[in-house]
Amino acid sequence: MGAKLDILQKLKQDLLLWQGYKPAQASVSERIGLGEIEQAFPFGVFPRKAIHEFICLSPDQAAATDGFISGLLSVLMADGAGCLWIGTRRRLFPSSLAAFDVAPDRIIFIDVKTEKDVLWIMEEALRCDGLAAVVAEVDGLSLVDSRRLQLAVEKGGIPGLIIRKDARRMVSTVSNTRWQISPLPSDLEGEMPGVGFPRWQVELLKVRSGSPGSWTLEWQGDGFVQQPETRKETVAPSRLGNIG
Amino acid sequence: MQKRFISIWFRQLLADWQLIRRPELAEVPFVFAAPGHGRMLVTAVSAKALQSGVEPGMRSADAKAICPGLEVLDDKPGRARKLLKGLGEWCVRYSPIVAIDEFRLDGLMLEVSGCAHLWGGERGYLKEIVSRLASKGYAVRLAIADTPGAAWAVARFGKVTPLIRTGGHIEALQPLPPESLRLEEGTLAKLRKLGFYQVKSFMHMPRSVLRRRFGEGFLLRLAQALGTEDELLVPLQLPVPFRERLACLEPIRTRTAIEMAITTMLEALCRRMQTEGKGLRSGTLTGHRLDGKIVQVTIGTSAASHSVSHLFKLFQLKIEQIRPGLGIELFELEAQKTDVVDVPQEALWSAQPGLNSKSLLQLIDRVTGKVGPGAVHRYLPLPHHWPERSAGLARSITDVRLTDWNTDKPRPTELLARPEPVQVMAIIPDHPPRFFVYKGEHHSIVKADGPERIEREWWLDEGEHRDYYRLEDDKGRRYWLYRSGHQDPGQGYQWFIHGFFA
Repeated sequence: MGAKLDILQKLKQDLLLWQGYKPAQASVSERIGLGEIEQAFPFGVFPRKAIHEFICLSPDQAAATDGFISGLLSVLMADGAGCLWIGTRRRLFPSSLAAFDVAPDRIIFIDVKTEKDVLWIMEEALRCDGLAAVVAEVDGLSLVDSRRLQLAVEKGGIPGLIIRKDARRMVSTVSNTRWQISPLPSDLEGEMPGVGFPRWQVELLKVRSGSPGSWTLEWQGDGFVQQPETRKETVAPSRLGNIG
Repeated sequence: MQKRFISIWFRQLLADWQLIRRPELAEVPFVFAAPGHGRMLVTAVSAKALQSGVEPGMRSADAKAICPGLEVLDDKPGRARKLLKGLGEWCVRYSPIVAIDEFRLDGLMLEVSGCAHLWGGERGYLKEIVSRLASKGYAVRLAIADTPGAAWAVARFGKVTPLIRTGGHIEALQPLPPESLRLEEGTLAKLRKLGFYQVKSFMHMPRSVLRRRFGEGFLLRLAQALGTEDELLVPLQLPVPFRERLACLEPIRTRTAIEMAITTMLEALCRRMQTEGKGLRSGTLTGHRLDGKIVQVTIGTSAASHSVSHLFKLFQLKIEQIRPGLGIELFELEAQKTDVVDVPQEALWSAQPGLNSKSLLQLIDRVTGKVGPGAVHRYLPLPHHWPERSAGLARSITDVRLTDWNTDKPRPTELLARPEPVQVMAIIPDHPPRFFVYKGEHHSIVKADGPERIEREWWLDEGEHRDYYRLEDDKGRRYWLYRSGHQDPGQGYQWFIHGFFA
């Protein structure tokens, strides 16, 4: 019985290797600053050669998603590389990124008129090796579009983050991970008055070859800090979990 | 190398042009006339009218008397120059230096040194020009010689051959009349009076004698024809230092063929730019179509580049805009704007990543090429507290920031381009809102920070100051609201929502 389990384990590891994931001994430089969440990824390493999809069901989730992504960018852009932020109706306030340890002048914003252009630019950008990440805001994403992006990201090697602002139109897409970030009431120590650090419910709805989960995170000025679970119910995970 | 010049003489430029436009005039004698000295003077004559004895310079009334049924058309000043300019631009296919013949505005002058062999020698070259122009409907005479003056003379007065071999122009000039030297009417009359009917009769006279009798202008014209004095041609198109031409054996219509043409020209152009350490900033691809129309596409780069693959990708985005029509027979590629390219040192390991990475610059070029300029934005901090002015657009990707980004005050992740009014319940005077209604939704506030007063910069615009509050509602959503100005006696405060915190 034990031998069988060993063989299974070995096969799983081999499969992951063939799919392009790094083996377990992740060096410190590959940490993304997400703490325990990183254990949900294959081999415990944030997949950089991947498409990450963030779905937003409401405008407040969009703001939370922007914040969470900015936190990720602070690590991804730590080596001085630039980042592309593509969208059609961008509301992101460049000056605010400085609070997430990102230099806003190293982000190049591209504001175009059509979603088609957004996807074209993203596909081109994913093949470009001088970038840390590519972020795109889209409304709808079809299976074919996501497949194209997936192929591009496999060729290139920089992460592509897609914010789907109108995720009510549910379609199955090809992506390595699917996230949903919702705002949570902030908490100040000792019942102090005022608004505390931004706090989110981070739900990993889908992760290829990993284990999905839900965590409470806070951005404390220089990094993510995980908080004990405060809220059990999530936004209809059963409805979202079976997609893709 | 001995310079060679072609002079093209359009015998009836305006008449031919009119016949091309209105073929029904072929059977009718017609002239162009323009008002001069209070009467209508004939300026151009058709071949049919010429046969009946009508000549340029006549009064149109006299011409009508000589030639019954003569049609008199209005001549517009400057029309001949306009026509010649168009024809000259078309003639660029034969030589890069084409000038309008300024003496009588009835011809073109081409410098063709080193061009003729492309058409299989000078005889074939001349034949090609004559037959192409004839097929369009223009009757021309032309000649090729070592000097523009000699070519001009032989084209108009030569009786033996239009092809004057190298060094043969002096001999060819000898039997020609003095009119062939482009002289003024007064000088010509003097020459005729003195019995000089051929160039050879005064060609070898001492210069001092000629100068005394006919003036400096005469000597200059003579010297220009003989080649002892240089003549400056003012080309219609100033030659661009980096330009490539590609004449196609057969008219090109397909995308693949256009791509091949672009690659061929780019390779040659980039090789030249590379040796001179230059790179392209803006370039134009011109296609001369079979039907005489011209198609053009232009590209630009954000940093000087002489990489064939990169420039080709930029052109590739524009190929859809090229309408080949019946086919393109000549391509021209010009680098209108070039810059010194800083050649980076080859790195053993990949260099420090940053915004000036080559592949990123190339990506941005492709994006601007596809969606047009104005789509790419990069922000730099500005010394303003007013939120809308706290960041400004950078002019280039290499601009460095002069001040640091402000992080001491909370700023929302998403900012509305235009603040939207909201209904708020707040305790006067300075308490944060208890609840507010935005887009029909009721938000009751649990936590709040503020106010943070931001004064309007009165030297930039007028209006009220703003008192900003950071609010968190019972569901954990965070907002940025502000109270505008002071309390209005009748109405209370005006509140606006301006952003969303993460």
